[in-house]
Amino acid sequence: MLERVDKAKKQIHNTVDALGRSVNIMEVCGTHTVAIFRSGIRSALPESVKLLSGPGCPVCVTDQGYIDTVMDLAAREDCLIATYGDMIRVPGKNGSLETMNRSNVHVVLSSDDAVQLACAHPDKTVVFVAVGFETTTPATAVAVMTAEKMDLSNFCILSAHKLVVPAMQALLSDTKNKIDAFLCPGHVSVIIGSDAYRPVVEQFSRPCVVAGFEPVQVMEGIAEICRQLADESPQVKSLYSAVVTAQGNTRAWELIEAYFEPYDGPWRGLGCIPNGTLRLKRQYKRFDALVRFGIEEIPKEEPNGCLCGQVLCGLINPPQCGLFDAVCTPDTPVGPCMVSSEGACSAWYKYGRRGKVHHD
Amino acid sequence: MCLAVPARIVELMDDRGVADAMGNRWSVRTTLLPDVQVGDIVLIHAGFAIATVDEEEARKTWELFAEIAEFQERQAPSSKEEGTV
Repeated sequence: MLERVDKAKKQIHNTVDALGRSVNIMEVCGTHTVAIFRSGIRSALPESVKLLSGPGCPVCVTDQGYIDTVMDLAAREDCLIATYGDMIRVPGKNGSLETMNRSNVHVVLSSDDAVQLACAHPDKTVVFVAVGFETTTPATAVAVMTAEKMDLSNFCILSAHKLVVPAMQALLSDTKNKIDAFLCPGHVSVIIGSDAYRPVVEQFSRPCVVAGFEPVQVMEGIAEICRQLADESPQVKSLYSAVVTAQGNTRAWELIEAYFEPYDGPWRGLGCIPNGTLRLKRQYKRFDALVRFGIEEIPKEEPNGCLCGQVLCGLINPPQCGLFDAVCTPDTPVGPCMVSSEGACSAWYKYGRRGKVHHD
Repeated sequence: MCLAVPARIVELMDDRGVADAMGNRWSVRTTLLPDVQVGDIVLIHAGFAIATVDEEEARKTWELFAEIAEFQERQAPSSKEEGTV
């Protein structure tokens, strides 16, 4: 194992020396961000290799307007909120789901638990806080399918499900972007398959390398990216062949496509990305919380002074935000990137303040 | 939220089953992997099996989780972790 790390490290140093310029690699996935910090990978890289945290933490990219809508629903007497644990500390206009201290907020580990909650409380309407990328979307689709089969009238979802590839394309379409390559998410790729990144390579000529979360795979992923950049041969490559296939999980994709359709929905910091967000198809609107409660969702500004949006686009690192480690800490988070354990600000706060890291 | 855990399917009835990882057992659904059988090791994400994995890959991940848990205790004993799903 150590030999493989050493070999990758040497390859990275050699290719970057030969390139003679800095290399900006965006790790799209929040779990990669955390794995990179925990393993101390940054300190093993040459100064000229910069790792940028991308928009791959679902909590972080969820628009403020969505958070406020969840808070409004949580304040209703006739609603039960079923949410993944990551969401309960995200600040909304009046505190967070956690500080509201309402007995109608239930943390669930699975969309299936939300359906069970609806079965157990026929007098309330259960709203499932449906966030996440292609990894969690099929689970939401199954929940809607289950509710449909059971003819469960007191279950609905508030969808903020996101698609990874449109976000990568939107980032590269911004002329201010400084991204040379992507380290692609491991588990999202299990669902979408590595072929899903082909349009990014073909349209923007950027390497897209899928890696798992072991430090050795992350190092080898970075080495592969550097090699492709040096050879000027951007490609899609998966180093996570144990679980990632070219086509992905086709059953999961069928379910996403059966229940959801893409639209130009809002992302925190990135605005409305063309076809980047998923909503329920017309024939399933009775399970859509927006329709059920007649809500018009309006994108909201980020909290004053919060630069989560720029962090998510890889334009700045968290310490460059004036709130970081001053008023914004994991105990008193202002923006979502500090709330989520997979958020870039949280990872920098926990691990990046120790030892040698690049702050530029 | 993007973290998935390898676990062995130890019980299965239609698309509902029980998974075991390092002695921890919980209910899972196998709707996304129609061909899965008892004894298979799968990657579980937010209560759903999303891919089959081999024994070797699963063992590596279980070891990594044990290491991370140990590292977290050493490095950040006071920090709160949200339930990763």
